[in-house]
Amino acid sequence: MKGFRYLKNVATLKLDSDVCIGCGMCMNVCPHRVFRIDAKKAEIADKDACMECGACAINCPVKALSVTPGVGCASYILQTWVKKDKAACGCGGAECC
Amino acid sequence: MENANVASIETRLSWRDYFGMFKMRIGIGRNKYRAAPGLYKTGTPKPDSPVFVSANYKMSFDLLRSNLAGIDAWILVLNTRGVNVWCAAGKGTFSTRELVKMIKKVELETFVSHRELILPQLSAPGVAAHEVMKNSGFKVKFGPIRAGDIKRFIDNGKVADAEMREVTFSLWERFVLTPNELASRLKVSFLIIAAILVISNIGNGLFSFHWELYRGIFGSAAYIIGLLSGAVIAPLFLPWLPGRSFAAKGALTGLVLSTLFCLFIHEQLGFMSVAAILIFASSVSSYVALTFTGATPFTSPTGVEKEMRLAIPIQIAAVVLSCALWIARH
Repeated sequence: MKGFRYLKNVATLKLDSDVCIGCGMCMNVCPHRVFRIDAKKAEIADKDACMECGACAINCPVKALSVTPGVGCASYILQTWVKKDKAACGCGGAECC
Repeated sequence: MENANVASIETRLSWRDYFGMFKMRIGIGRNKYRAAPGLYKTGTPKPDSPVFVSANYKMSFDLLRSNLAGIDAWILVLNTRGVNVWCAAGKGTFSTRELVKMIKKVELETFVSHRELILPQLSAPGVAAHEVMKNSGFKVKFGPIRAGDIKRFIDNGKVADAEMREVTFSLWERFVLTPNELASRLKVSFLIIAAILVISNIGNGLFSFHWELYRGIFGSAAYIIGLLSGAVIAPLFLPWLPGRSFAAKGALTGLVLSTLFCLFIHEQLGFMSVAAILIFASSVSSYVALTFTGATPFTSPTGVEKEMRLAIPIQIAAVVLSCALWIARH
C-alpha cells in the first residue's frame, strides 16, 4: 500500500501483549501488514496503516486485540449522524465500504 | 452419488457475465446481481478436493470461478444478500454464523473427506476461524485477497505469502470505481443543477428574475467540474495529491480545474462571480472526494469521522458563501 496513507494517530487498535500467544493469526488476516511477530509475540508494527476492519480482533483466539471496527465510508457515517441507528450503506454490491 | 445434485459451473466467463460486470461498474441493477447460495463444483472434484467459500454477489462469484480453470474444486456460496465479500464481512452477512449454517445446510461433510475450507482473506472481518472450527469442525484457511492469486496460493502449498495478503489500490482498481461514483449521483445532480439555474437568475432585487442563460450554464458547469473533479480526477490522482485528507485532496483538484475553467470565462463575469465559481467547484469536489473514502481499501472509520467533523462544516459554509457571491454578481 505504498503511496496510500491515511490520517495519523487515529486508529483504535490495541494489543495486550501479556495475553498474546503469538499464534500469528492477526498477521495472516491483516490486509495492511500492521503486525509482525517478534519473540513469539505479536507486535503492532505500523499502527497508522490500520483501517479498523476488525479482522484481527475477531480472529484472535485469546482476545488479545481490540479495535472499534467499522467501515471508513463518509456517506455511511453521515447517515449514522442523521438517522442514528438505521443507516444503510447505499451500496448495493460492489467495492464500496 | 450425491455429487450429481451439485451444480457444475464453468470457469470461463461468457459475454453475458462480462456485460453484467460492466453494468455493475456503471451502477445498473446492483441490488439484484446475485448467485444462488449453495454448493457448486468446477471440474470433477473428489472428496479430497479443496473447498472455496464465496459471497453471492455475482461479480465475486464470477471472479472466483474464472480463476479456478483447471482446478477441480468445490465452491460454497454463502447468502450475503448480493453483497461482495469485504462489505458483507464488514456488515456481518459474510459471518461465522452464515458459514456454519451453510456447511450444515449443504451437508458438506458428505462430499469431502477433509475438514478444511479456503476463504478469501477479506472475509476475515466477519469470520472467526476458531469459532467456525468449534461449531462445525471445519478448519478455516484464509487464502489470498485476490482470486487471481489462487493458482499461486495452491502451488505455494496453500500458503498465502505477504504479497497475497496485502490489499492494493492500483490506478486501474481506482478507475473502475469512478463510473459508479458518477452514476450514483445522477438524480441529485439534476436537482442541484435545477437549483443553480434558479439561483443564477436571481437579480439585484430579491427574487426579481433576470433571465440570463449564460450564468445558469456557467453555474451548472462549475457544479459538473466539481463533481468530475471529486469523483474521477481526485480518485485517479489519489496517491500523488499532497496530504492525507480526502477533503483537502478534492478541494485542491477542484480549485485547479475551476481555475482553468475561469481562465476562459472570467471576462464575462465579475470578480465576485469568478470567486463564487472557484469556491463552489472546490467545495463540491472536496465533498465528493471525501465520500470516495467508502470505496477505498485503507481509510479507517475513526479517521473518516475525524476528517468529516472538520471538513463538512467548512464545505457547507463555503457553498453558502459561494451562493451569496454568485447572487451579489459583481
